[in-house]
Amino acid sequence: MATIEKRFVLQVPSSTRNLALVREFVGSVGQQAGMEASEVAKLQLAVDEACSNVIEHAYCHDDTQEVVIRVSFDDAEMRFDVIDTGCCFDPHAIAQKDLDQLIAERRKGGLGLRLIQSLMDEVQYEIEPGKKNQLHMVKRLRKDPTA
Amino acid sequence: MSNSFVVEKSAEGQIAILKLAGFLDAHTAPEFEAAMQGLIDEGKNRIIVECSGLTYISSAGLGVFMGFVEDIRDRGGDIKICSLVPKVQQVFELLGFHQLFHIVGSLPEAVQKFEHSPVWEE
Repeated sequence: MATIEKRFVLQVPSSTRNLALVREFVGSVGQQAGMEASEVAKLQLAVDEACSNVIEHAYCHDDTQEVVIRVSFDDAEMRFDVIDTGCCFDPHAIAQKDLDQLIAERRKGGLGLRLIQSLMDEVQYEIEPGKKNQLHMVKRLRKDPTA
Repeated sequence: MSNSFVVEKSAEGQIAILKLAGFLDAHTAPEFEAAMQGLIDEGKNRIIVECSGLTYISSAGLGVFMGFVEDIRDRGGDIKICSLVPKVQQVFELLGFHQLFHIVGSLPEAVQKFEHSPVWEE
């Protein structure tokens, strides 16, 4: 039987002050999708990390820019896209070191993508140089098929 | 909408205590960083971060621990972490922080940890 997809979009200025708004948005959609509170919290953290990366690395804290968060879900999965038009950066280049190595180097960053990868089932970057960067994340919904 | 964050400073003998409450994300992490830097500037190198009121942490907050701990350990001190709520503890564990920091259940345990294991030993 075909399932109906529900879609949501949030567009916010590129400022860390809007991270709370982003988390509320993701939390609200996660609840609508019927996810448990602990799972919703993981989604909020993953999208927070994605937006924080955009604000810091793609827009260099320029709050005149915008971050777009698209969320959709059906019975099978939730899909998240975090989109920006800032400078592209290779997120994998900043996330490949061990934690003890980062600590030894007095680094404060480099953990965001690692968190996203451990919280989501699929993570993909699409970079269109000069146009947009899009982080695509998928969380599969674990629903009891007999329910 | 929740984005409040509070950091309170206190002391127990020679040990400085930072009590965190609320949401620690990329927006509020600079407050935590400033409080930590303040302790460093005062020459404190035994620091407990008490987290019973901390309801949310992202990597920006974890980064503050990472950015300071090596310098503090080089000076013979340490950062001990205590009283994490389960949701926050999960994030620490997800990234392996429990293998690189002493994380204990309560403030008295953290104080005791400084008495028995004042420095980090792998």
